[in-house]
Amino acid sequence: MSTTLAFLGEFGNAIEFIFNEHESPAGGARVGGLSETWELMWEHLKLSGAAMGVACAFSVPLALWLGHIGKGGFLAINASNVGRAVPSLALIAFFVAYLGVGFTNLVLALVLLAIPPILTNTYTGVRQVDRETVDAARGMGMTGAQIVRRVELPMALPLIFGGIRISAVNVVATATIAPLAGVVTLGDPIINVNTYGDEGRLAAAIVVALLAVVTEVSLAALQRGVTPRGLKLDRREATT
Amino acid sequence: MDGLSLEVPAGEICVLVGPSGCGKTTAMRMVNRMTDITAGDILLDGHSVRERRPAELRREIGYAIQQIGLFPHLSVAGNVATVPRLLGWPKERIRTRVDELLELVSLDPHETRDRYPAQLSGGQRQRVGVARALAVDPPLMLMDEPFGAIDPINRERLQNEFLRLQREIRKTIVFVTHDIDEAIKMGDRIAVMQQGGKLAQYSPPAELLMYPEGRFVEDFVGADRALKRLALQRVRDVDLWKAPLVRVGEPVAEARAKVADSEVPYPLLVDGDGRPLGWLSEKAMLGERVERELRSNAEPVLELDDVLRDALSDLLQEEAQYGPVVDHRGQVTGVLSIEMLSHALRTDPDQVPHGADAAA
Amino acid sequence: MTSVLAQLEIRERTDSCVADDGFCPDWIADNLDRYVDPFFEHVYLTLVAVAIGFAISFALALVAYRRRWLINPVTQVTGILYTIPSIAAFFLLLPLTGRGKTTALIALVSYVLLIIFRNVLTGLDNVPDEAKDAGRGMGLTDRQLLWRVEVPLAVPEIMAGLRIAVTTTVGLATLAFFAGAGGLGGQIFADITFRSNVVVAGGLAVLLAALLDGLILLVQRGITPWTRAVAAR
Repeated sequence: MSTTLAFLGEFGNAIEFIFNEHESPAGGARVGGLSETWELMWEHLKLSGAAMGVACAFSVPLALWLGHIGKGGFLAINASNVGRAVPSLALIAFFVAYLGVGFTNLVLALVLLAIPPILTNTYTGVRQVDRETVDAARGMGMTGAQIVRRVELPMALPLIFGGIRISAVNVVATATIAPLAGVVTLGDPIINVNTYGDEGRLAAAIVVALLAVVTEVSLAALQRGVTPRGLKLDRREATT
Repeated sequence: MDGLSLEVPAGEICVLVGPSGCGKTTAMRMVNRMTDITAGDILLDGHSVRERRPAELRREIGYAIQQIGLFPHLSVAGNVATVPRLLGWPKERIRTRVDELLELVSLDPHETRDRYPAQLSGGQRQRVGVARALAVDPPLMLMDEPFGAIDPINRERLQNEFLRLQREIRKTIVFVTHDIDEAIKMGDRIAVMQQGGKLAQYSPPAELLMYPEGRFVEDFVGADRALKRLALQRVRDVDLWKAPLVRVGEPVAEARAKVADSEVPYPLLVDGDGRPLGWLSEKAMLGERVERELRSNAEPVLELDDVLRDALSDLLQEEAQYGPVVDHRGQVTGVLSIEMLSHALRTDPDQVPHGADAAA
Repeated sequence: MTSVLAQLEIRERTDSCVADDGFCPDWIADNLDRYVDPFFEHVYLTLVAVAIGFAISFALALVAYRRRWLINPVTQVTGILYTIPSIAAFFLLLPLTGRGKTTALIALVSYVLLIIFRNVLTGLDNVPDEAKDAGRGMGLTDRQLLWRVEVPLAVPEIMAGLRIAVTTTVGLATLAFFAGAGGLGGQIFADITFRSNVVVAGGLAVLLAALLDGLILLVQRGITPWTRAVAAR
């Protein structure tokens, strides 16, 4: 019973940390409060957004093309398997060690992290489009590009968004350890606990968790939104 | 179901036939309680099927369905051994039984026992399905369109093989099909069902064809009932005319005597082994000895095992009135005429063979 | 706001290669034993987490297979657990379970639940209907049908899920040191700018993931001989 109360108490403190400023345990600076929370979150979102933007801009057209011409399947499908085997911490450490710290380098690392699920899911999404439908489109006189734009892409959208969703959650989660590479995101209170204190750390954990869940839920809703009503969908996605 | 009630004698094939939705499959599935019986009862050898626990009951009834349903993860031997394993048979006994069964359904045990269903053709899978259903030698078998998923050519072969098998093992079988021709071929007794689970008629095939009860049965059996009946009898079932067999060089007087003795107007020329060469013309009989002067060839040459419908078809094809009938060695045993065929249609339905007895 | 990049430096700056933060085979050869304990901690965390996660989800999936109404709630709950980043999870659990392996394991297990649950269900749902009908018709009870037909046929899908679970857990376990549970991540974090260190520690993690993935694949091939059989003409 007392553990539960203590537990609740700690959570209480953490939530309070988000809203009010405190004296830093390390002395000197003021930490906590809404504006700081927002600053950290903004940096977090900036980083994640940049990485997702680049990853999508790269992977989606590439995978659409590969899926359309039916080549490169082995690469596209196993990209996820390979990507999964590389721990995010190792990836970031690798970039820091070889390219140094900084926003750009970190974005690059996160882009690499984000690409595989988007690539695999987009490719699979295009391949899953009924061959007969594509054939009919070709028979009607559509060029390759038109087929991609008007037939394959719309029908692959649900799976594409599925891949984007998976990547987005991964990137948001990994951006938590960005402070290791010099970018100060919501992970700072976790990594630099001495500056923020235990409540700060717990507060950051809560915010990060919420952010991840919100990302997941909103993208899931978006995915449902782009699913054409007539399309009977397989509930699971191609990769996790 | 709407008051469905019938009795299946032991050792016979009872075919449930009717249009889709008539409830034939449901009726069959009630026997092994795959479908619940809400009113009435089903008795197996006098015992209600409701008395037993379903799983136990089903282990004593062979079950073969249209999609066959072989277990993809088990080898052929593993599939066939399913129920024996459930019953705890010793390994050796199972092994022997599996080989026995595979041979029974014309599959080479050594070649097929370790194969997986994915490696078999449709016909082979179907046979394994039958072997699996027969595994513990159940007294009763339920078969739901077992040959439905097979192409027509192989289907006929499988049907014939199955009938031959049935002649040996004499199981009590409830067989469901939507195909009236299959019903007539396979059934000892046919239950024609109509929409709503109603029984329209329950008779042996010949009786069904000769005396259909009611509009529905008439329509369902089809307008070509007479021809269908001819499919039930074979050439060997008919009293053939004696053939006036003549060889080249025979004395003409003898030849004429033979013709007079027979109902066939012309002599049939045969070779040294008794095989038919053709019908002789008058010119062949001008001299002392018979010469080889044919008015027409021997076509169509009919076999004892041919069904009468095919014989009729052959005779019509060749525009012939008569055809010589040969045995399995190719020797003439008699002559079949078109007249005889319409006579055959008047045979008493009780005299007409059905089911396994009608098989070649 | 300053950020601390590396809290310790684990090497002496004697060698010029080392002083340059470079990739130094000599140093690696000399210091390989540093990585042994973290490696085995890593293996322990991965295997135990996946084993527990598998046991829980497999059981849940079997229950949900028969009681379909459970599928949605379980998916939602395990979905949330899956979405919460493991770092956050470690610290959310901290007040409750303290630092150490238990906290790490709880977080790792909760991540795995959704993956396995979904794959087991999909595998079971993909069993051909006619095989089930034939099985029941031949006299298999529901339990016999489940264990002799449905589960064996679901194995390929289950194994696929297991492979995904294992590789992602290896990845997540690199963060376990945040919860005080050790593992290769601790080594990476200890000197994140030193290339030799990063390559070895990171490389070992990747190797572990690949190894376990390959092992499971081998086992799967071994226990599903029918999937290797060439299809009929």
